[in-house]
Amino acid sequence: MNILQPRDLKEALDMLAADAESMTPIAGGTDLMVSWPHKPHDGLCLLDLSSLKEELGSIVVTDDYVELGALVTYWEVIRDERLADLLPLLREAASQVGAIQIQTRGTWAGNIAHGSPGADGVTVLMAYDAEVVLASAAGDVVTPLDSYYTGYKLTVRRPDQLIRAIRIPLRSRGVQWFHKVGARTAQAISKVGVAMVREDSSDAPAAWRVTANSVMPYVCRGRNLEQELASGRIFSSPEEIRRVLDADVAPIDDIRSTAEYRATVLSRLIYMQLAG
Amino acid sequence: MDKIEVTFTLNEVEVTRSIAADSRLLDLLRYECGETGTKEGCGEGECGACCVLLDGLPVNSCLVPAFQVCGRSVHTAESARPTDLEKLNASGTAQCGACSPGVVMVTRFLTQNPDVARDVDLRQFMSGNLCRCTGYDGILEGVKSVLGDHERIDSDEGPA
Repeated sequence: MNILQPRDLKEALDMLAADAESMTPIAGGTDLMVSWPHKPHDGLCLLDLSSLKEELGSIVVTDDYVELGALVTYWEVIRDERLADLLPLLREAASQVGAIQIQTRGTWAGNIAHGSPGADGVTVLMAYDAEVVLASAAGDVVTPLDSYYTGYKLTVRRPDQLIRAIRIPLRSRGVQWFHKVGARTAQAISKVGVAMVREDSSDAPAAWRVTANSVMPYVCRGRNLEQELASGRIFSSPEEIRRVLDADVAPIDDIRSTAEYRATVLSRLIYMQLAG
Repeated sequence: MDKIEVTFTLNEVEVTRSIAADSRLLDLLRYECGETGTKEGCGEGECGACCVLLDGLPVNSCLVPAFQVCGRSVHTAESARPTDLEKLNASGTAQCGACSPGVVMVTRFLTQNPDVARDVDLRQFMSGNLCRCTGYDGILEGVKSVLGDHERIDSDEGPA
């Protein structure tokens, strides 16, 4: 096993430009290191990003957006008082993604990059219309998070690109809600995770975002449901919501749950939240 | 296997070891430094038995690649204050003892960060420390008793 420890982002991107296919970037390691002794390491070349903390570890707050550097951890977001009011769902998801030992190591960008369908962090970021800033030796590209995934653990990131930052626009948001169902209340991987955000505007009808994890092979948006909500439709039962969601999501069966359970719980959770 | 050299601070003492490149911090502590207080439980970052403090923050050492601790500070259960351990023992925190090193380290983190201890719900905060004896009440009692002890020390030593 080989380890590369670049001194700065530029060097990291140059290393990737030279031989991207053979390298595996590692930040907090909370996904990559799971059951590590049972995984083959021969031929693995890890690109260690932890040495770039100074360059990629900041939380920048402006009037218009919040930018999380690629090495910002869940714990750093939980303890940042500025974000508690601006983007409350970040703290909500970070507190539930795992216990303190995971929160201090896991990064938001890693959650995106790994592409797990169960990524709680991605669900709330997507509900906030986050964008992913991808850096490479050829320059930066900004991609909306809701078009980042193309399949199970498949993303638009090229092997020579690294996530440099996550940019989250600040808007007037009336509803901000995240709920996670796992095998137990804490330290569990989601069976169903769902976020809803209502964006209020003085000169246009409210816009909605509905996102879900652990339902599809990747974190997804419920665009049909968003449109129905924006048009002012009132739902009188979870079944009505489910019929709309059927056009948005095709739930999966896996070791944690079944498609039927997921569709049922997702529509009930949304109904209960809307009903107050 | 390729070897790498790692220099870091272990319980306030600088140590250097030549280790396999793919070692975890857990392996480095137990098999290269002889600090066997840190236990391997699940090996997948769930149980918290291998919890240590890395630059003052709780981490599961089974999920930390050893090469990432170069130049950093690690504290293990061996560095715990004896008086804190006595408090934990008196409250029945340890039954079989497998989870205890992790519990000791999270407790230490809370005593060092009273602002965090004030903000959190302790039972939820300890959710990363699984007890196979299901003795969570004893654990929480022990942690509270240590925290109470530290608050008294702080207020005794603080400015009048």
